[in-house]
Amino acid sequence: MTVILSQSFTGISIGAVLLLIALGLTLTFGQMGVINMAHGEFIMAGAYTTYVLQKSVSSAGVSLLVALPVAFLVAGAMGALLEWLLIRRLYTRPLDTLLVTWGVSLMLQQLARDVFGAPNVQTHAPDLLTGNISLGGGITFANSRLFILGLALFCVLALTLILRLTPLGRRIRAVVQNRDLAEVSGIATGRVDRMTFFIGSGLAGVAGVALTLVGPIGPTMGTNYIVDAFLVVVVGGIGQLKGSVITAFALGVLQSVLEYSTTVSVAKVIVLVAIVAFLQWRPQGLYTLRTRSLA
Amino acid sequence: MSGLSISRRGLLAGISAVGASAALSACGAKTGDGTSTDAAGASADTSGSTVGVGLLNSLSGTMAISEVTVHNALLLAIKEINAAGGVLGKKLKAVSQDGASDWPTFAEKAEALIKDDKVAATFGCWTSASRKAVKPVFERYKSLLFYPVQYEGLEESPYIFYIGATTNQQIVPALDYLKKQGLTKLYLVGSDYVFPRTANKIIKAYAKAKGMTVVGEDYAPLGSTEFGTIVNKVKDSGADAVFNTLNGDSNVAFFKEYKSSGLTAKSMPVLSVSIAEEEVKSIGTQYLQDQLTAWNYYETTPGAANTKFVAAYQAEYGKDKPTSDPMEAAYVSVHLWKAMVEKAGSFDVAKVKAASDGITFDAPEGKVTVDGASQHVHKTARIGKVGADGLITEVWNSGGPIKPDPYLKGYDWASGLS
Repeated sequence: MTVILSQSFTGISIGAVLLLIALGLTLTFGQMGVINMAHGEFIMAGAYTTYVLQKSVSSAGVSLLVALPVAFLVAGAMGALLEWLLIRRLYTRPLDTLLVTWGVSLMLQQLARDVFGAPNVQTHAPDLLTGNISLGGGITFANSRLFILGLALFCVLALTLILRLTPLGRRIRAVVQNRDLAEVSGIATGRVDRMTFFIGSGLAGVAGVALTLVGPIGPTMGTNYIVDAFLVVVVGGIGQLKGSVITAFALGVLQSVLEYSTTVSVAKVIVLVAIVAFLQWRPQGLYTLRTRSLA
Repeated sequence: MSGLSISRRGLLAGISAVGASAALSACGAKTGDGTSTDAAGASADTSGSTVGVGLLNSLSGTMAISEVTVHNALLLAIKEINAAGGVLGKKLKAVSQDGASDWPTFAEKAEALIKDDKVAATFGCWTSASRKAVKPVFERYKSLLFYPVQYEGLEESPYIFYIGATTNQQIVPALDYLKKQGLTKLYLVGSDYVFPRTANKIIKAYAKAKGMTVVGEDYAPLGSTEFGTIVNKVKDSGADAVFNTLNGDSNVAFFKEYKSSGLTAKSMPVLSVSIAEEEVKSIGTQYLQDQLTAWNYYETTPGAANTKFVAAYQAEYGKDKPTSDPMEAAYVSVHLWKAMVEKAGSFDVAKVKAASDGITFDAPEGKVTVDGASQHVHKTARIGKVGADGLITEVWNSGGPIKPDPYLKGYDWASGLS
């Protein structure tokens, strides 16, 4: 029983990390169809933001809380800039976007190396987050994982509300469903694209802040997560938050259950095979958005 | 995007293709088998007033965190030797090559040092993968490499001097220590490559013969940061202690997870063999306090030679810079080579090798003696505990230098290993 509870919690916390790193992609890739290989570097930017703030703001707890909005803005600004400089010229050439953003990702990694040095750096977690909640019987829930879970759910909720209730959200959905019609209805699609990209990249920055609680911060940390993030979005289905949320937690639990009974590598292989099999059965993913566009 | 007519499957294939190409480019097919065929060996250039020595370390990439410190320690030794008049009246000229954390690059740079720079000896390499990549190069050119890091043993190249610990000077004493403490149920956690897997093979053989039990064994890919499940397994296993052969940054994620799961150094100590002072600093002392390490040297090791070494290093590179076992071994390796050359009265590799047996040096870790037959070094094993200040203090030592036994021939239980 203890094992089942601890493992479920581990699975859910892996899912929360997956959800956080994939959430921004549900917008930029899911809603806009941009294959942004530099998404991982926006995560890295968020993580380094936390590091810089901790160097300048003394207390770990305060700097972590300050880092959340600041990292959102920093990574968001980088995303908006990338969109304005390069991606907006490539909307009709998705595969070229993949190559271009991969190049950008390599450049950003090198930039991080030049600025912060090649070795990885660390942040200190606030004492509150290094502890755990004990439920007795040897079952413990790590505070840092609970924090990440809460953060992930908060981000999902905020994003859902933005998409559902705000004028910007309505415009985003309109552009996703039918770009031409949105354009003739007077929506400035270019600006909507930039805003969507800003929010999506900003969410990657928030994920980066969360990841400082898990592991080291380094120039190549983004590459560790980028493939997983795309997997979640692809399996979840394009343009649907719901799909990504379910997929992230399902993959997290699957990974942890398999890892417990086999080994890390075997578990990863089985998860990938399961994903491939699933996509044979449902190529559009778990949920699909019915659009009126002709493509 | 109405223009998006690419299927999800095609996209996944595209992404994996990019990933795969990145992986391929990172492990190019070159094995460092140089094109040159002059197997007679490249002779070092000792005609001038200076002699070149090669420094082969990763100054960039994932291993830079560790290898830059070794590079610094080598430079310090060279500086000291030059200040004292050099070797055989010739000043040493350091020639640095960046292995860039990439094993084929190590092989190419090794060849460049020997052939183009005509160095008299080369110092460096950290991972066993990089050592295995350069080994054939040094053997073909009959040039010397001094390797400064503890490793998994089971190797004796005629052209490599192993200045770090082999298994019977680090891992076996660590197991003896755990057994003495009554910690007989072990959980093995390591990175997924040659050193941890070989080390764990040795640990399992030891455990079987000495009445210890290995209750679990798990490997994480190099650079992995998700240790939730592994820590849960460790927790449920009822182990007394964890034997940790994780390398590099995975240690950060592992110890963060370990602490937040409620496991402590009191309830289940972790003994690590790849975490030295430099790594303690980067992982964070709050996660490592009171955990155990096994090495042959700590910054806190007492003795005049070490006081001098630490002071010289910090004067050169900064007051806040710790010294560690691999750095110390690198520093010692240059001094040992100098002593060998002076005993031989020549830079000639064959003569230096012949003169190597019995060379001693009053090292920061205590007296070390070269064993000419195996080209390893007699070293004292030391178990240490991480303190609140991030420094490691010794809690046990082997009482004197242990004779190197890379193939564990002196241990009955190890007869099945190769």
